[in-house]
Amino acid sequence: MTAQQITAELRQERETALIAAILNGEREKFHDLIRPYERQVFLTALALVKNETEAEDIAQEAILRAYRKLASFRGAAKFSTWLTAITLNEARTRLREEKRAAFDSLDGNDPEKGDFTPAVLIDWREVPLEALERQEVRALMQQAIAELPDAFRQVVVLRDMEEMSVNDTAEALGISVALVKVRLHRARLLLQKKLAPQLRRAVKPKRKAGILGRLPWF
Amino acid sequence: MVLNCRHVWDRISDYMDGTLDPAVRADVERHLAGCEICSAVLDSTRNVIVLIADDRVFELPVDYSKRLHARLDAVLSSEAPGQH
Repeated sequence: MTAQQITAELRQERETALIAAILNGEREKFHDLIRPYERQVFLTALALVKNETEAEDIAQEAILRAYRKLASFRGAAKFSTWLTAITLNEARTRLREEKRAAFDSLDGNDPEKGDFTPAVLIDWREVPLEALERQEVRALMQQAIAELPDAFRQVVVLRDMEEMSVNDTAEALGISVALVKVRLHRARLLLQKKLAPQLRRAVKPKRKAGILGRLPWF
Repeated sequence: MVLNCRHVWDRISDYMDGTLDPAVRADVERHLAGCEICSAVLDSTRNVIVLIADDRVFELPVDYSKRLHARLDAVLSSEAPGQH
């Protein structure tokens, strides 16, 4: 068993015990059950509605719904997958009520089909994580994610941002594993195509720190 | 099998996730070793995915957690978890 599997198993045991305690009357423990997933629930909602205030509202409603139907959680899925599915439902219901399309159509100009050419940058230099300290770089990433077709954004948020497995992503979204893989692949390449050239421009390699570079007036 | 660049691009996501069949993986690696373009595409895709996974890309709204737990408190004190 890998360290990762042991951690996952311990987490599941802890959650099973917490759920039993909550259903037995220790309601306060629901705070502890939900705390590790606050961010995940928010991001999932944001993947659909693309508006922070609305995403927060949906996150709260989804978490309350999870509390109210906690007894129906049977442990067949992971708690996190179950909670993600509830959040997606909450967001879809909201979009339907507002008559906004829950999914943009992938017909017509179908990005799941056809050839795709990524951005080809021979002089690519790795962008360090520290670059994310810059608002400008964060804004580029947020925009690129927001501009993905809805169905692709949902997959990439669950799989690459929330780091769910491909199987759990498929289960939460109610689509096949094969479709998750296709959409994930396209989403990743679309992000590469959009972001790689923009990041290269925004994050220029540091100038070599010679003697002039160390002097304050250069 | 000798792969061209497009074959490799089509397999980049599975390559990154380690889900390619071992024989195909070996073919992809052989191509990558000799192709500067595909190596750059792979490295930049991987880099972009590492960056978007960082918590700094989307920060939670200020006091999001505080508001959530305050709302939960109100519900937990008045409602038992539903049995349905």
